[in-house]
Amino acid sequence: MTEFLQQLLNGLSLGAIYALIALGYTMVYGVLRFINFAHSDVFMVGAFIGYFVGEHLPHGTVLGGLVVLAAAMAGCSVLGMLIERLVYRPLRGGPTLNVLITAIGMSLFLEYTGQLFFGATPRAFPSVFPTKVIAVHGLIISMNQVIVIIVATVLMLALQFAVYGTKIGTAMRAVALNPRAAQLVGVNIDVVISFTFGLGSALAGAGGVLYALNYPSIDPLMGVVPGLKAFVAAVLGGVGNIPGAALGALILGMVETFVDGSRWSTYKDAIAFAILIGILLFRPAGLLGRFTAEKV
Amino acid sequence: MPKPLIALLATVLVAFGVSYFSDHIDPYYLDVITGVGINIILAVSLNLVNGYTGQFSLGHAGFMSVGAYLSAAVTLLLGPRLLGDSGGTALQQGLLFLGALVLGGLGAATAGLVVGIPSLRLKGDYLALVTLGFGEIIRVIFQNVDALGGALGLNGIPNYTTVFWVYSFAALTVFTVVCLVRSTYGRGFIATHDDEIASESVGLNTTRYKIVAFVVGAFFAGVAGGLYGHFKLTITPTGFDFTKSIEIVVMVILGGMGNTPGVILAAILLTVLPEVLRAVDQYRMVLYSLLLIVLMLVRPKGLFNYDYTAIAARLIRKFRPEGN
Repeated sequence: MTEFLQQLLNGLSLGAIYALIALGYTMVYGVLRFINFAHSDVFMVGAFIGYFVGEHLPHGTVLGGLVVLAAAMAGCSVLGMLIERLVYRPLRGGPTLNVLITAIGMSLFLEYTGQLFFGATPRAFPSVFPTKVIAVHGLIISMNQVIVIIVATVLMLALQFAVYGTKIGTAMRAVALNPRAAQLVGVNIDVVISFTFGLGSALAGAGGVLYALNYPSIDPLMGVVPGLKAFVAAVLGGVGNIPGAALGALILGMVETFVDGSRWSTYKDAIAFAILIGILLFRPAGLLGRFTAEKV
Repeated sequence: MPKPLIALLATVLVAFGVSYFSDHIDPYYLDVITGVGINIILAVSLNLVNGYTGQFSLGHAGFMSVGAYLSAAVTLLLGPRLLGDSGGTALQQGLLFLGALVLGGLGAATAGLVVGIPSLRLKGDYLALVTLGFGEIIRVIFQNVDALGGALGLNGIPNYTTVFWVYSFAALTVFTVVCLVRSTYGRGFIATHDDEIASESVGLNTTRYKIVAFVVGAFFAGVAGGLYGHFKLTITPTGFDFTKSIEIVVMVILGGMGNTPGVILAAILLTVLPEVLRAVDQYRMVLYSLLLIVLMLVRPKGLFNYDYTAIAARLIRKFRPEGN
């Protein structure tokens, strides 16, 4: 039983990180209908910003940790908006394949530029938050896991507020529903899309720092695998659907942790893709998504 | 005899000739030439899927790995039994190699069928991700099968790949793709690419076309994998990862999707260029990615996307003596 609870906790904290990344994919897909492949590399940049800021701060304090988190979120948010402005906006309205190829190009560009600047060898991420391990009836709860779960919950609640409680959030939902109709009623679509990229990238930046706290070895290619899995989570919940992304991420985090604990652990990386293929075959709109027929 | 068939036979003959005199050619150039040939097979076969049929597959390296492993397993495990201790004559070795390559191709084609039937109902982004996912699953499986060397891969593969084999199969790939696309049946690929809904409404089974393109593409990817394995002599699962798939995709995009001569040119350029630019090798992937972005922004139809038959016709007209 203890082991089960332990795995549940591990799965929860992994799922929370996936959720932060998945939300960015889902929001961008919602307004622009394309997969932002570079999102997973924004996540990587977030971890690196955290690394460089964390180096100059005293380790093991809540305040220092929050500063690192804020810096990563701000940096990534700027990066996300910059990518959108320079690369995606000129292609808006173009063939989907071109946008997709550009997104892949952008992702590779961030990865390999990162390798040029940071080197390919992994670096140890500083423990910016207090590290403490609490044992309750044999259940081992690390401080990092608690932080991950708290931060992710707070950020998701903030997102919920931003999307459903503010004017720009309403505009965002309007654009997701129908971009042209939104424009007709006076929504500035450029601002909304920039905002969406900024918001999603900030969450990815936070995800990067939290991921690096739990797996404290960062390198320029670290975003690829978590990014793909977070995307799977977004599809699982129904891409374009914000609560769906969080739900899918939690399910995926749990499944992966349990597979990791079983004797099939070496297949851990394949399970996410198996889920992706399964969901696309049997319920392409995702768990919470609604199926829409293509209109000619 | 039809022109493509003449071209096919001529290439095979030239390849045989080059192969025959290969002892007199600098091994370094021979390596580069072989690498070019293998990349031509990969790029032209992927062009059938990504270019002519308009489906975006990111799993070509996965099919390549299936072919590489299967054919290497044949020559490594069955080879000694069939050829005996002496290693067999050159002809026996050649036949064994041919069998291994075809088997590798068929294995990859089967994998293509298994992957294609479910995933080709999807479009664009989703298809790209699913093929990428399948490529990764194939890699994870190879990493976990101890009989195939696990994460260390297979070593000591016999050195069977020659210029003759590579260019014969390259010519065969080009021949198949060109003839397939030009045939009445093959117009369906282009129709699927142009407008799926319109094609379906005139009675074309677009899913079937996509699957055929996928399976044919996977077959040649598998053959290329077999050639690659018997050329490098060592294969590891990580050698066939996402980056390899991207490399092939870049060739197709650079050459112009659905333009076979352009894709061949791009394959040659992108194989030779890294050799020339060895000094700045660490910038290679950065350049690749920038190339992708800039191309999509500036020249979305590719760099070498010209009508080559028209150019050739114009040249012939220009140099033909007056009065004829």
